[in-house]
Amino acid sequence: MAERIAIHPQGRSLLTRVLRAVIVLLLVGGVLAAATSWFSGRQAARESYDRLLLGAASDIAESIRIQNGEAMVDLPVSAFQLLAQAPDDRVSYAVRGPDETLITGFDDAPKAPTERPRITGPRFFDATMQGEEARFVEITRRFAERDFSGEVRVTVGQTLRARDAMTTQLMLEAVLPMGLAGIALLVASVLTIRSAMRPLEAIADDLATRDPYDLTPMPTENVPREVAVILEAMNRFMARLDRQFDAMRNLISDSAHQLRTPVAAIRVQAETALDAEDDTCRDAALDRLVRRTRSLGTLLDQMLSRALVIHRNDSAPRQRLDLREVALDIVDSRDHEAIAPGVEVGLVIGEDAVEVLADAFSLTEAGRNLLSNALKHGAPPVRIGADRDGGMARLWVEDAGPGLPPELDGRLGERFRRSTASREDSAGIGLSIVTAVAEAFDGRIEARRSADGFRISLVLPAAEPET
Amino acid sequence: MIRLLALLLTVATGFTLAPPVSAQEDRARIGNGNTVLELRSTTDVAIIRPALEAFVEQNPQLSIEYEQWGSNALYADSLAACAGEEPSADAVFSSAVHQMVALVNGACARDYQSEATLNLPSARRWRNQLWGVTEEPAVIIYNSALLAEENVPRTRFALLDLMRNTPLSLAGRIATYDIESSGLGYLFAYNDSLEATTFGAMLEGFARTQAVATCCSAEIIGAVSEGRFLLAYNVLGSYVANAAPADVGVILPEDYTLFLTRGYMIPRQARQPQAAGRLLDFLLSTQGQTILRRAGLIYAQDPEETALLPSARRAIALAPPLLVALDRSKSAQFRTLWRTAFAAIALP
Repeated sequence: MAERIAIHPQGRSLLTRVLRAVIVLLLVGGVLAAATSWFSGRQAARESYDRLLLGAASDIAESIRIQNGEAMVDLPVSAFQLLAQAPDDRVSYAVRGPDETLITGFDDAPKAPTERPRITGPRFFDATMQGEEARFVEITRRFAERDFSGEVRVTVGQTLRARDAMTTQLMLEAVLPMGLAGIALLVASVLTIRSAMRPLEAIADDLATRDPYDLTPMPTENVPREVAVILEAMNRFMARLDRQFDAMRNLISDSAHQLRTPVAAIRVQAETALDAEDDTCRDAALDRLVRRTRSLGTLLDQMLSRALVIHRNDSAPRQRLDLREVALDIVDSRDHEAIAPGVEVGLVIGEDAVEVLADAFSLTEAGRNLLSNALKHGAPPVRIGADRDGGMARLWVEDAGPGLPPELDGRLGERFRRSTASREDSAGIGLSIVTAVAEAFDGRIEARRSADGFRISLVLPAAEPET
Repeated sequence: MIRLLALLLTVATGFTLAPPVSAQEDRARIGNGNTVLELRSTTDVAIIRPALEAFVEQNPQLSIEYEQWGSNALYADSLAACAGEEPSADAVFSSAVHQMVALVNGACARDYQSEATLNLPSARRWRNQLWGVTEEPAVIIYNSALLAEENVPRTRFALLDLMRNTPLSLAGRIATYDIESSGLGYLFAYNDSLEATTFGAMLEGFARTQAVATCCSAEIIGAVSEGRFLLAYNVLGSYVANAAPADVGVILPEDYTLFLTRGYMIPRQARQPQAAGRLLDFLLSTQGQTILRRAGLIYAQDPEETALLPSARRAIALAPPLLVALDRSKSAQFRTLWRTAFAAIALP
């Protein structure tokens, strides 16, 4: 029964994150754009209305006449019609003579700041008009008549309503399309994220409804590449988990199967010893009990070693190894003296490195099992060696005996191979370790009989020599 | 500063003394409400009274303290009130709209907005501070008993011809407003000078016929009716309609007719601005406009009735160009020109 796993959302959803980023982007961009367009709008408004001011001031300056030694102004209506282009703005103007006397206009019209060096062109400046901010221009007209000589200055000013209105309008015209584009971007990103998230939702649904023991791969078709990476990694993980499960199951069933017989035998021997009527019988039974127990210990060692090898095959990283060193290690450990005292093991290695990519522990276990099989079931002389044949590297063990029964050749590599009649310390478990190692590192087992005896090899793809 | 400006302008408009404190010509109390709206105006009480009575009838909590002023005195008073030297009115209603534009330009007015004010055409509204409430033509009136029908001048050109051809029979018998004492007369004369080149010829004709520049609509209309004047130029049509005098014919000059819209403004220091706004909305409402039309303050728009081509209508727009009329240099030159034409002519 599939158990529905409650999903506790940790942190914000991707949608929220992206939306938040987009909104922040839009806000910052919007504020920047608004500020920029406000500045440029204000600049444009200032320039165009400054031109009006200047036009009006020039009109007025043009209308100044000298009559009887006095400057007279015939104020032109056209100047005020120009100013009325800013229909809601108040107006101030003044025409002043050389000695600052007011010729006409409003006496409270401000004068241009004088601290600046005298410039001949029009001078624009900001000032107030009855407490309201206003913009002014002052132009100077010079007279050199017989009866009048000097400067007449014309000041014209206007409040800022039309400028402000134009600034706002220009800003809105610039910002409005951007705002619409921003909303469109927001909608587009929501839709895109939603459609991109749909495969993830499907995966989440699949995982949530999946049987916890179902470790079959998830489909990777029609998912975005980024998601496929995750899926494939997950599939690889599940496959590994599946193999580990299998290995565990195998270990348990093997152990059960293999331990049942020796343990039963031990119990029988122990009972026999208990029931023995004389010392001779008891000694014989105890002696068998000891051998059985020792043999059980060996079996347990092998089973654990096999489990370890299979576990490592999936988890240990592959390293560059020299098979000659593996063979040397096996001989150096002198384990064979415990198995078959008095038997000498020959080491046959060449000058050249025989390199493979594998796990040292697994290879050593495999080689040791091959060697102990030869020592137990073969006939001396026993030799171990490593060599390279084209693209393949071999770790081999040779003895003078007949070797494995030929009917088993085709079934090399099967997990469990002990004829019911076999003894506990048979070659079955040892070979299955070798088979597991061969499979894990893309290799195989080869058995060959000749007149000299029997040679069994673990054949692995050779590693390319390091440059 | 504004005080100084007021003084300068007062001097410029011909007064040698500051206006007397009680310069109002007439006053009236309309309604019994507790809230008193003080309205200073150049309009004759008798003409505006029906409109104000209808207003206080609708707003019984209000009463109107109505003061009738001469336009120049009202302008000086408003400037002083703007400078905080005199108690301010709650609303000012003047026919001398150039002075009203100057007041608004001097930041003496208060903003007000309503549906009625926003519906006004742009020539009748400035800055949401000045509104044109009426529409009154500047007309030529003549004594219909004394002036033969074929001699009645329908245009300024006809009037010029008349003055040229029969200067002797017209001598001293043509009248117009004295621009020195009447703000309205100045405004009409000034607009004439902008409108057409006939203005110089008109002044010349007035000089040749020894025309009379005098004050006050009522006197001019009465004198034409009695036959002391044969003809009067640039008389405000609404006063003629109200006086309904005997033997007076009215001409809307067909070359162009100036239309004046009386300006309504709420001063910055008004104590009852809401009431002033309400009165404005009433005057602009259908009912208010109907009453004003009946009082002659809004001239009939129907071309068949007025026999005036729409293109001949010249509205005096409430806008900054009117400021030029008050420019001291400009008005000094204009008055010099006028004075030369009317030199040494006194009331008969």
